[in-house]
Amino acid sequence: MSAPKANIDIDRSIGDFHYKMDYEFDAGTGLTEKTIDYIVDVKGEPDWVREFRKQALRVFHKKPMPTHWASPDLNNIVFENIRYYLSSGTTPKRNWEDVPEEMKKTFERLGIPEQERRFLAGVEAQFDSEAAYSNIKKAVGDQGVIFVGPLEGLRDHPEIFKKWFGKVIPTSDNKFSALNSAVFSGGSFIYVPPGVKVKHPLQAYFRINAENFGQFERTLIIADEGAEVMYMEGCTAPKFETATLHSAVVELVALKGAKIQYITVQNWSNNVFNLVTKRGLAMEDAEIKWIDCNIGSRLTMKYPGVVMKGRGARGEVISIALAGEGQHQDTGAKMVHMADDTTSNVVSKSISVGTGRATYRGLVHVPKHLKGCKNNTECDALLINPNSRTDTYPAITVRGEKNSLQHEASVSQVSAEQIFYMQSRGLSKGQAMSLSVNGFVNDLVRQFPMEYSVELKRLIDLQMEGSVG
Amino acid sequence: MITETTIEGTAVVIDDEEPQPPTPVSTEKTGLFIRPPIQTDQPAWFQERQFRAWETFESIPLPHRKDQAWRFTTLGKLDISKYTPAETLAIVEAEALVARSEGNPQVAGTMIFANDKVVHRQLLNAELEAKGVVFAPLEHDLSAHADIMQRYFMANPATLGSRKFAELHQAHIRSGCFIYVPKNVKVDLPLEVFHWISGDGAAIFPHTLLIAEEGSSVTLVDYLESADRRQPGFTCGVSDLHVGRGAKVTYLAAQNWGEEVASIKINTTAVERDGHVTSLHLNLGGRYSRLESLNRLDGPGARSDMLSATVATGTQEFDQRTLQDHLAPHTFSDLLYKNSLSDKSKTIFSGLIRVAPPAQFTDAYQKVRNLMLSDDAEADSMPGLEILADEVRCTHGATSGHVDDAELFYLESRGIPRLKAQQLITQGFLTEILERLGNEHVTHKLATLLADKFARM
Repeated sequence: MSAPKANIDIDRSIGDFHYKMDYEFDAGTGLTEKTIDYIVDVKGEPDWVREFRKQALRVFHKKPMPTHWASPDLNNIVFENIRYYLSSGTTPKRNWEDVPEEMKKTFERLGIPEQERRFLAGVEAQFDSEAAYSNIKKAVGDQGVIFVGPLEGLRDHPEIFKKWFGKVIPTSDNKFSALNSAVFSGGSFIYVPPGVKVKHPLQAYFRINAENFGQFERTLIIADEGAEVMYMEGCTAPKFETATLHSAVVELVALKGAKIQYITVQNWSNNVFNLVTKRGLAMEDAEIKWIDCNIGSRLTMKYPGVVMKGRGARGEVISIALAGEGQHQDTGAKMVHMADDTTSNVVSKSISVGTGRATYRGLVHVPKHLKGCKNNTECDALLINPNSRTDTYPAITVRGEKNSLQHEASVSQVSAEQIFYMQSRGLSKGQAMSLSVNGFVNDLVRQFPMEYSVELKRLIDLQMEGSVG
Repeated sequence: MITETTIEGTAVVIDDEEPQPPTPVSTEKTGLFIRPPIQTDQPAWFQERQFRAWETFESIPLPHRKDQAWRFTTLGKLDISKYTPAETLAIVEAEALVARSEGNPQVAGTMIFANDKVVHRQLLNAELEAKGVVFAPLEHDLSAHADIMQRYFMANPATLGSRKFAELHQAHIRSGCFIYVPKNVKVDLPLEVFHWISGDGAAIFPHTLLIAEEGSSVTLVDYLESADRRQPGFTCGVSDLHVGRGAKVTYLAAQNWGEEVASIKINTTAVERDGHVTSLHLNLGGRYSRLESLNRLDGPGARSDMLSATVATGTQEFDQRTLQDHLAPHTFSDLLYKNSLSDKSKTIFSGLIRVAPPAQFTDAYQKVRNLMLSDDAEADSMPGLEILADEVRCTHGATSGHVDDAELFYLESRGIPRLKAQQLITQGFLTEILERLGNEHVTHKLATLLADKFARM
């Protein structure tokens, strides 16, 4: 456990509080078949889910920790000490007034209901294992949009749910997708009917409240032909002395001509291992765009991907990572081209501050006999302090002569001239630094919804404050 | 219901790998798994080193497809149980190879090895010898220059994946080329070395050790050739270059093994303060060829230019792993690797720029360009960066593209058949690498070899 340093306390402060909760359901620590039986019984899930989870547990035990390429810090996760299920009931409240007092206070401090009133089409707020609150605006619901948790999804809409669940990311994809498949709870299930364009974003808010707790939400979003949807997630946790695990699986399916935008602003406290598998499947002329912003956590490993399965499909990953003192942001993108004329674009910008380490890991795969596939990858890294670190490890496979790919990466430092110029105009060194860093990510931040870009800029300012001097 | 998959082939796992035949594991000792005999005519320290190398070789596991350093490699092409150390050639055969050893017209010296044995040596001129330049078979100098040898011989560990093969090399080595250029001595014309492999299933272990002392300069060209281009064989070479303070070294290697040869070459270059090394690898032959090239910039002002041109045809696989290791401030490295891929060929490029914490003010560049000429070719690129200092300028780029239609159209409109036009464009694409060296005399022979390969296509 890395000791929290003074200068990174600031940005965590909004999430760094927790109320003592009495949980109705608690699966205890450690992970065995009994844990799974407990979760299935509490949730009242059908037998196929029980079998699915148990199979996943076997896969999880069988798979080695991927430390032959990933950070050895993973070995510090003690799976026996983690609590896998904690909740106060499995049905989320539709009405804000019905949410239990402590949870309500938590989310109100984080500004969730206020945001809902202002600009969101639907909100779900997950507290440890289960959603405490889930609501969708009536007008959106009337269009046939489904926005529920996976439990309700598989109970009320099995015909859609089962068709795609676990199909974009199979259980055996990696050790942590297997873990999620074994103990998943909470998350979102969204279905947007053909032709429906959801004007305002849907939002989910994830909150870890309990110590030693592992959050394993599972999200499945299906945009039917010609549909459009934007989904945003945010996350926080209080800072505990012990490590906490967050391991989500997010699957997106964009059918013919559909568009999905998935926005993440990850601001976990720096005791959280954030190991997430995210992948989208884009059919003919569909478009999937991941906007991924990682600011918090102790170690994040996340490589959002798009499998372009239909002709003309498009995938995009916009990634911003800010690795502060003691943090390791191991992020990237995967683009798998599986049809002709598919295009993908990856733009990644990372900033390493103090002993922070930002890593870009990418995969671009163009199999043979495809033509007209294009990929563009750009990675830029900015290093703030002499002991900051950045790595880039892309892997690009191209077969065939009718495709073109390019990858570019650059590493630089904040320009001394720029800083000097700004200081000569009366800015302090810290202010100049903030401005320069904000300028570095500005073209990406602009792609975020307004509220998020403002928040992001503020977080960067705060991160930079303690880094120079 | 979980097993029914509606979207085949989309399982993309984080540590994904191409499905490959299992790694050949040989439990019974055949081929190169048999311990080589001790060379009793060599000094004790050398025998001891060879003995220990074999012990280490046996203790290290064979590369596994899950090893990151062997990602994308078709390991099935590298079964060393099929080869045995090459036999000494009869004089007539050796002389025939000497006659075929054609390099550049003007050289300072030539050395020709056939199956790891010197068969011809054209000595340096008396002036250079008087200045103390050594250009001799390695085994002569194990005793004569014992102190230098003990210090430099296999002093750099192979860190890019082939440690096992480096130990195999050390255990088997019988000869090699030793070059020593004393302080402030400039060798203007190139030194040329030929390594020939001959015999069905033969294995050779070419070795180069070059030490350029402070302020000296030297150019070395290695030609790697097969006596019979159809014969299967295995070559496992090591070349170590030590570039002293302010020294200037140019190293060229023309790899032109026969089409059935599997080869591994481990190249380490260490550059001291203000030293400058330029290396150029022309890769034409072999069935499977791996090149590991480690460039270490040890002193401020050190500079390394790394160039490579590869023509991959048929089912050839070229596996290139590089490291630009910046250990001191104000160091510079620039890598440009170009590959053209035809037929069912495959190239792998895995390169890393590593900037250590003290290496502030580093400039490091890395660029790999793949020209795809066939639908069945595969190019894997893994350009990497590990930056632990902040005052640096580093960029890397990897591109894979095809021949520009407009260029093709232009040439066709001038009456050049499409295939020929494509060849011309490709040749031009790769010739840029030779031109970067800026010395036509030295690259003349390489250009001929390149043209020969295109003529064979």
